[in-house]
Amino acid sequence: MKLFSIFISAFLVNNFLLVKFLGVCSFLGVSKKTETAKGMGLAVVFVMFLASFMTYGVYNWILVPLNITYLSTLAFVLVIAALVQFVEMVIKKTQPSLYKALGIYLPLITTNCALLGMAVINIGEKYNLIESMVNALGAALGYMLAIVLLSGLRERMEENDKMPLAFRGLPISLVTAGLMAIAFLGFSGLKLGGI
Amino acid sequence: MSIFSERLKNGIVTENPIFVQVLAMCPTLAVTTSVENGIGMGLASTAVLIGSNLFISLLRKAIPDKVRIPAYITIIAAFVTLIQFLLEGFVPSLYASLGIFIPLIVVNCVILGRAEAYASKNKIFPSIFDAIGMGLGFTVALAILGAIRELLGAGSILGFKLFGSSFEPAIIMILAPGAFITLGILMALLNQKSINKTNKVNDKIAHFHEIDPETGECTGCGSCAHSCKK
Repeated sequence: MKLFSIFISAFLVNNFLLVKFLGVCSFLGVSKKTETAKGMGLAVVFVMFLASFMTYGVYNWILVPLNITYLSTLAFVLVIAALVQFVEMVIKKTQPSLYKALGIYLPLITTNCALLGMAVINIGEKYNLIESMVNALGAALGYMLAIVLLSGLRERMEENDKMPLAFRGLPISLVTAGLMAIAFLGFSGLKLGGI
Repeated sequence: MSIFSERLKNGIVTENPIFVQVLAMCPTLAVTTSVENGIGMGLASTAVLIGSNLFISLLRKAIPDKVRIPAYITIIAAFVTLIQFLLEGFVPSLYASLGIFIPLIVVNCVILGRAEAYASKNKIFPSIFDAIGMGLGFTVALAILGAIRELLGAGSILGFKLFGSSFEPAIIMILAPGAFITLGILMALLNQKSINKTNKVNDKIAHFHEIDPETGECTGCGSCAHSCKK
């Protein structure tokens, strides 16, 4: 039950993009088309799940025993960068079709604050390994949900030629994201077993 | 001193990291719930930016080209850790309200962007000035956003209540949606300003074009892109 509430909390209530503002750069950058948004979302789900495992390991099995937890930011950034490179290489060799779909999005993920944010939150909340991974999965799926929804709306808005010139492109996307965020605020009323 | 003022103007106006380059959206949206937080975040990022630009400029000949990005990230992360300690020690209240966004300065695209675009190619002093200019541009933008949101969402600026007790603040402005909407409208206003500017130029050009009464065609400098004013 606790796992379920962690999942729902990360997925909807504390949605990374619309409530916590983690990963907004890519949210606005790669949401012009639903296809690319899906690709980016999948890449984030994949890498975030692995990264939650890796950062948990590095923190609890290396940094804590050596008593150098203050280096966590540095360690997490390097682990994530290395992981993304590694994943890219493995996928390229073993799954060419998957690489074709995700390839161009993988380098973008290194500087995606959602990953580092997820690692820092997992440490802050003192989640154990399973809880960390569930939290990461929920957050990543929430990211995918939000970016795919926004890209769908943006595709529709491209067609609208009555829109004032000044609002075209980024400004209207930001306002749309704001309206979506209002909708997501509604989830904050959910009672999740004491969370 | 001319390079100093040139870099300063470049960072604050010409290439403002938020309003012109649209970088670093996460901290911009997340911490601008009040002017104080905005300025705090801006100054913390500026300090990291100055440190990283200084070191990267010093090491620009020593860092091999192939591993430059990991090297830059390591330098930036070291400075962020330093700033994190300083904030925690000296301004714990700011440290608490910025929270997770302090470690996230590491992945702030403005800092890596300046390292790659400026510090890695320029001497030490111009790089420091560049960092100060960009940092101040970032701080000013955060302060503006913070001021609008704090004024509408809490009815105060820097904690001072500006309105009487009958004023009911729009709480939504300091919640997540307010950030998106405020930034969206500010950007639309800036767009409108630049559209007005180009329209004025176009109007001036259109004066030189006239519709030929016989053929109904546009005369003037035939090849230029501007057409007759209708």
